[in-house]
Amino acid sequence: MAAKDLPKDKLFNLYYNMLLTRQFEDRLSKLYRQGKIFGGIFLSTGQEAIPAGTCAHLRDDDVISPIHRDLGAFLIKGMDPKILMAQILGKATGPSKGRDSFLHAGSKKLGIIPPTSILASTIPIAAGVAFTFKLRGKDSVAVSYFGEGGSNRGDFHEGCNFAGIHKVPLVLICENNKYAYSTPVEKEMAICCVSYRAESYGFQGLLVDGNDVLAVYDAMQIAVERARAGGGPTLIECMTYRIRGHSEHDEAKYQPEAEKQEWKKKDPITRFKGFLTEKAGFGESEEEEMLKRISAILDEAAQFALDSPFPPGESALEDVFAPDEGVRSTHLTIESRQKPVVSGETNL
Amino acid sequence: MPEITMLEAIRLAMKEEMERDESVLVLGEDVGIYGGAFRATEGLYDEFGPNRVIDTPISESAIVGAALGMAIMGYRPIAEIQFADFITCGFDQIVNQTATLRYRTGGEMPAPLVVRAPSAAGVHGGLYHSQSPEAWFAHTPGLKVVVPSSAYDAKGLLKAAIRDDDPVIFFEPKFLYRRAKENLPEEDYIVPLGKAKILKEGGDVTIITYGSMVFHCRSAIDKLEAEDLSIELIDLRSIMPLDKSTIYDSVKKTNRVILAYEDHKTLGIGAEIAALLSEELFEYLDTPIIRVAAPDTPIPYSPPLEEFYLPNEQDVIDAVHRVIEY
Repeated sequence: MAAKDLPKDKLFNLYYNMLLTRQFEDRLSKLYRQGKIFGGIFLSTGQEAIPAGTCAHLRDDDVISPIHRDLGAFLIKGMDPKILMAQILGKATGPSKGRDSFLHAGSKKLGIIPPTSILASTIPIAAGVAFTFKLRGKDSVAVSYFGEGGSNRGDFHEGCNFAGIHKVPLVLICENNKYAYSTPVEKEMAICCVSYRAESYGFQGLLVDGNDVLAVYDAMQIAVERARAGGGPTLIECMTYRIRGHSEHDEAKYQPEAEKQEWKKKDPITRFKGFLTEKAGFGESEEEEMLKRISAILDEAAQFALDSPFPPGESALEDVFAPDEGVRSTHLTIESRQKPVVSGETNL
Repeated sequence: MPEITMLEAIRLAMKEEMERDESVLVLGEDVGIYGGAFRATEGLYDEFGPNRVIDTPISESAIVGAALGMAIMGYRPIAEIQFADFITCGFDQIVNQTATLRYRTGGEMPAPLVVRAPSAAGVHGGLYHSQSPEAWFAHTPGLKVVVPSSAYDAKGLLKAAIRDDDPVIFFEPKFLYRRAKENLPEEDYIVPLGKAKILKEGGDVTIITYGSMVFHCRSAIDKLEAEDLSIELIDLRSIMPLDKSTIYDSVKKTNRVILAYEDHKTLGIGAEIAALLSEELFEYLDTPIIRVAAPDTPIPYSPPLEEFYLPNEQDVIDAVHRVIEY
């Protein structure tokens, strides 16, 4: 079903997820300014339609590999806002137990592969995940997010090529926000669009208005249906714009003011609100109700994170290797196997 | 079982583990139909098919990255890097992605994969088919690093690596692929990771080595024994975790230490062991610790150059004389 024809509750939910992301990030910005967040934060203001429109199609058994500007994807895939907030504040209750910053957090249960600072590095990993769905004959999909900046790294090429050869159920979401830190897109690549590259890996590239949640939703529907049906990968390039700097410390003076203002007019939340107001009877009271709900969630999340303990310093030494160091067999699937004989002897 | 080579032992380890555990699979360049550049995976494609023996493009980053994705999903992939020299192209996936995954997920996501790579020199491979990059990986927290020197150990260590819940970088000295051979037991066995082996007991000098240098140390010891010297020879087998207790027990007994490794001398494994002995066992040392290792140059191709470059039997003999005469 085309996104514009979705029932009211689903349309409202798309809006809610974008609003939640925006409000969550505004709260983070405040906490950052209060000195409660020690590392950088990388906000997705103006790009919220991309996780909202794409994750709307995902099931619990699907796996995503988001990047540092995909806070919405974590929330929509099911990460508890309290836990996510604790992660960002470096607390022991976050998924990384304070070991890594911001959105560098994963969850096996929720199907979230944690991002690293090496951009596009998760594309080959997600391709490997998608390969296992094919091996097991499952119709789950893997979704790999990256920016147009990351797409210039070799991992993009190697991951796409591998995925194309094996026709694995992978959806590649390029968030083209026009800047790689300070570098404008025309200095990142000689072509206009990352989606053009898809063809050279043997799959389709779709180019969509990334600030139109309905367009993103529709493109994702095509890609997910194809992946679930065994038709292989699709690359969706979502054209958008990074309204804030690379991170909160970056004033982004290199982004022309006129350009910023132009894109602010295309704000995905305002635009979708216009659609909802016109077509779905969405009004101020509905929005107020959502904002109230979100505000309560964020109050609770922030309180939980602030109240959570920091990890004890010595826990920095844990989880480098398996806790009970040694050789074990945990993933065995053939029952008739022999018990291995542990031996250090050689008959040399 | 008849005498088999280290290469055959490695193949057998993969075959048996794939038969034992459906989650074990192999991926890499030319590993499938062709059977691998060194034939290490020969026959596996026919037995297990293209879903478990996966030919990949020349994409070391994708080989390791895809293996990591598979490991996250409960598989136990064996990623073959055709030559250890090419592992640099997959370096980020090993060092930044794989080695850290357990740590940065608070222990929730282990990365049980093995990266196999034929390493080291002695076969006129030149700069890009001769390197011994084990120290880079031993320096990376979260990785285990193994270098076998015999067919028995290669089989047992590789099986242990496949069954291990953490990533293991498994370097196979190609010089020994067909030189190291022996009769192996019929029954399933593993050689535990992190356990060194005393290949020869002795009281005068401890030689600590691994990989292809074991071969040269053995022949050196044969000659030194003719001089009535008693040498203890330790094969580390695992570079990481390092079996400190076996090393320390031996050094406490002999008080003289030679560290022999084929890698470049500077910041090689021997440098770390020398530092450890200085910190922990200073009172037990009667002489300086001597490293026998390769010069800090790229690895040259032409036979006289390579011969000059590689540490050999005579270098080991000279080092032993030096500590005995100190």
